[in-house]
Amino acid sequence: MVKAIEATGLPIVHMCTIVPISKTVGANRIVPTVAIPYPLGNPELDPKDEKELRRKLVRKALKALETPVTEQTVFN
Amino acid sequence: MTKKRIVHYINQFFAGIGGEEKADVKPEKRDGVVGPGMAFKGQLTDVAEIVGTVICGDSYFNENEAEASETVLEMIKSYDPDIVIVGPSFNAGRYGVAAGAVAKLVDENLHLPVVGGMYPENPGFELYRKHGYFVEVGNSAATMRKAIPAMSAVVKQIIDGNKEITGYMPRGLRENVFREERGSKRAVEMLVNKIQGKEFTTEYPMPTFDRVDPAPAVKDITKARIALVSSGGPVPKGNPDHIESSSASKYGKYSLKDIDDFTPENGETAHGGYDPVYANEDLDRVLPVDVIKEMLANGEIGSLHDYWYATVGNGTSVANAKKFGTEIAAQLKEDGVDAVILTST
Repeated sequence: MVKAIEATGLPIVHMCTIVPISKTVGANRIVPTVAIPYPLGNPELDPKDEKELRRKLVRKALKALETPVTEQTVFN
Repeated sequence: MTKKRIVHYINQFFAGIGGEEKADVKPEKRDGVVGPGMAFKGQLTDVAEIVGTVICGDSYFNENEAEASETVLEMIKSYDPDIVIVGPSFNAGRYGVAAGAVAKLVDENLHLPVVGGMYPENPGFELYRKHGYFVEVGNSAATMRKAIPAMSAVVKQIIDGNKEITGYMPRGLRENVFREERGSKRAVEMLVNKIQGKEFTTEYPMPTFDRVDPAPAVKDITKARIALVSSGGPVPKGNPDHIESSSASKYGKYSLKDIDDFTPENGETAHGGYDPVYANEDLDRVLPVDVIKEMLANGEIGSLHDYWYATVGNGTSVANAKKFGTEIAAQLKEDGVDAVILTST
């Protein structure tokens, strides 16, 4: 799905937990996330901290979209 | 002939420990056969014995790979095996990746042959094909009965010491061989055959890199129109389009107009294959609508596409995923979207 969208020329960032899978499927901008059942959260944190964690991850994704890349790049 | 010693690696599901709610169990070992090992035992009883089974939860393995690898390797080693069997893992992505990683561990550290079984589209195959004999199996456990004899046949060939082993998917390894005729002559003959429209067999099939060039970066994200897409199954409460929990045949398109924050009342996940409790409690954990809306309000992004698109990535065929992606992209383009965030579980 990532590839099919990018093939139309739209930059796309893949936020996912298992980075090797993302690389295999061919995502070019990859932001690693927290865990499989909650990629963009962490139920062990209190709601305020959890939201801050999510905010940071999404900012990282936006940054990735603003960053020119020539090959598969993981934004840690 | 003394029987060969086999160690079998399986996940929590096939060990009968439990489904997704148990996917975070740590590695453990048990003497003898567990689950599908029983069927292997039936096939291999004259030539080999499954001396131990190593089990690990799929999520645990993938989320703690370094730690899990070390423990699993020690456990396998403790049985002093001659051959290791992993899976079959069908088209289960996390199981396939874990089984492949175990194959790599065994191959690189113990230098033992590994036999696995995967559906060709399983990402674990592409990642770890070099490290084992992976037999092509069906895409779900319903095909177990076919998978076991096919995998056992490869195990038997290894035990027999066959020079050429057959019945597995190409590993992408090269071996030196000597030919009667030199390369230049063979190449010219091949070319002549090709020109004459005759049959010829290449000696080096070109790998198919199905890659897409990275799209240009967004110049200024604060002026960009952003869209949200997910393969983690985030849907409105009640899953109105009945998106399947695995092998999805469709995707949904849902309005973001009235949702600023997901709650247990307005969203849930349709995705099978992972514990849905956390996503159902707060779907922002899968699709970050709360922070995106906030960023929209404070100008961190220019604007937001009015809909989100969701499907379930679990066991979904590549062909379908590609089709969904193409259709979604067309709608995004029409709306003037500049960039996309796609989340996966």
